[in-house]
Amino acid sequence: MIQVKEISKHFGKKPVVDKVSVNIQSGKITSFIGPNGAGKSTLLSMVSRLLDADTGEVLLDKSDVRKWKSDEFSKRVSILKQSNYMNVRLTIRELVSFGRFPYSKGRLNAEDTKMIDQAIEYMNLADIQDDYLDELSGGQRQRAFIAMVIAQDTEYILLDEPLNNLDMKHSVQIMKILRKLVEELGKTVVIVLHDINFASVYSDYIVALKNGRVIKDGPTHEIINSDALKEIYDMDIPIQEMNSCRICVYFNS
Amino acid sequence: MKKRYLLIVLVALSLLSLFVGVSRISPADLLDFNSEETQIFLISRIPRLIAIILAGAGMSIAGLIMQSLSRNKFVSPTTAGTLDATRLGILISMLVFTNATYFQKLSFAFIFALAGTLLFMQILNRIKFKDAIFIPLVGLMFGNILSSITTFFAYKANIIQNMTVWLQGDFSLILKGRYELLYISVPVLVIAYFYANRFTVAGMGEDFAKNLGLSYKRVLNLGLVLVALISTTVVLTVGMIPFLGLIIPNIVSIFKGDHLEKTLPHTALLGVIFLLLCDILGRVLIFPYEIPIGMTVGVIGSAIFLILLFRGRAYAN
Repeated sequence: MIQVKEISKHFGKKPVVDKVSVNIQSGKITSFIGPNGAGKSTLLSMVSRLLDADTGEVLLDKSDVRKWKSDEFSKRVSILKQSNYMNVRLTIRELVSFGRFPYSKGRLNAEDTKMIDQAIEYMNLADIQDDYLDELSGGQRQRAFIAMVIAQDTEYILLDEPLNNLDMKHSVQIMKILRKLVEELGKTVVIVLHDINFASVYSDYIVALKNGRVIKDGPTHEIINSDALKEIYDMDIPIQEMNSCRICVYFNS
Repeated sequence: MKKRYLLIVLVALSLLSLFVGVSRISPADLLDFNSEETQIFLISRIPRLIAIILAGAGMSIAGLIMQSLSRNKFVSPTTAGTLDATRLGILISMLVFTNATYFQKLSFAFIFALAGTLLFMQILNRIKFKDAIFIPLVGLMFGNILSSITTFFAYKANIIQNMTVWLQGDFSLILKGRYELLYISVPVLVIAYFYANRFTVAGMGEDFAKNLGLSYKRVLNLGLVLVALISTTVVLTVGMIPFLGLIIPNIVSIFKGDHLEKTLPHTALLGVIFLLLCDILGRVLIFPYEIPIGMTVGVIGSAIFLILLFRGRAYAN
């Protein structure tokens, strides 16, 4: 279980994350939503130790994440940041193999190879596993990175805007995969999302941030309603229910 | 690009290199151990070959490590000011100690090479505009600033003549007893090979490395120390060999990708082959005189660099 307790982060004088407390439910998808500059990515970075909090603490299994040894921590929690420029020429298989780094430090044993094969198979990348990353489409590349995280075999998977630059088809594909990871492999997924409808359709819990503070926090159906959304985004957003999915029609509001 | 073929070419060129030169030596002469030919062979030709092999492998690997850690295909000891910083270090050691010993020069040059490279990496961190071509330009400017400082003080102290030895790489001065410092690159290359995986992971960026539990800063610092060690020993014994660390890793990367564990042996082999070829050319072109290696590598290397720039912009981005 991950518990975030009263953490804050300042860049210069400006508080980007301001005394945020959140509990991440195990075995569920939790989405961080909110307007630009709300502190979603910064919060995710602090949970995953990429950034140190100024005050407050993040607890993994009741002990401060800063006290975890880095290789032990990387066997429990993985994070994918939005990778804007990736000009490294690696094949998919080489990338996925790095997922085993916390375990093997680069000397792969039979167990590692098995995990790598499974991860590639799980993401349907077997045919193109020897292709270079810089020759792939955005969707394939994102799948390759998720395959790496599967090989890393962590209980918690944190993703920072994984749908960035993906078209509709690939966005849906990635979200379905994340759902599968939760339901089939029992992972806990925490994800920063821009598109509120993906958050509504695919997540179990939503944490809404605004100006560095948690403004709403709860099961998806409690957040996806016009009153709550008005508070988060300052917009009147009507909700339409279709096939038991709640869709926010914000395009002309 | 198979390792096997590279090895065959390497051995062939090595043999050629041993028997090319002003004094004609044939394999038969070597049967008589006391002959003049055998002496030349042992004192000059073999040390020269070993120096070329160590410097070639060392400089290419130094370039490979720098490109991986800086995440830029055009960063190398030549384009990041490392070599210029090394020369500045040598100069300062000569100014501080009137008769600087080898060890004093080595330690000063090493400290300056390391500091210069670190400074460049700091500059790199501050640059918002990370264009693949802009960054090496900044590096070249940085190197030129260091270089003009060196020239200024060398001029004032009347040791310009001394400094030119380190300006241009030259293997003709390599004799037994004058190149052994280069053996430092052997353990350095071994360490580089064992850390190849870590360098590759670090090359994917700090966040990526941290996610996999790698202590990014430590790997970065180790890489820079290795680069500084190689650059220092090469500049002190042979002189500057420009472009080698830039073009060789790039050529290998096009064919074999960027997984250092896989590309490190190829990079080292190709670096040696290229340097051997340039050295033999330099010895034959104006026979019986010699063109210094810095010049041949500079000319051929800059031509290849231009080709890489033109065809490689897409791939470097």
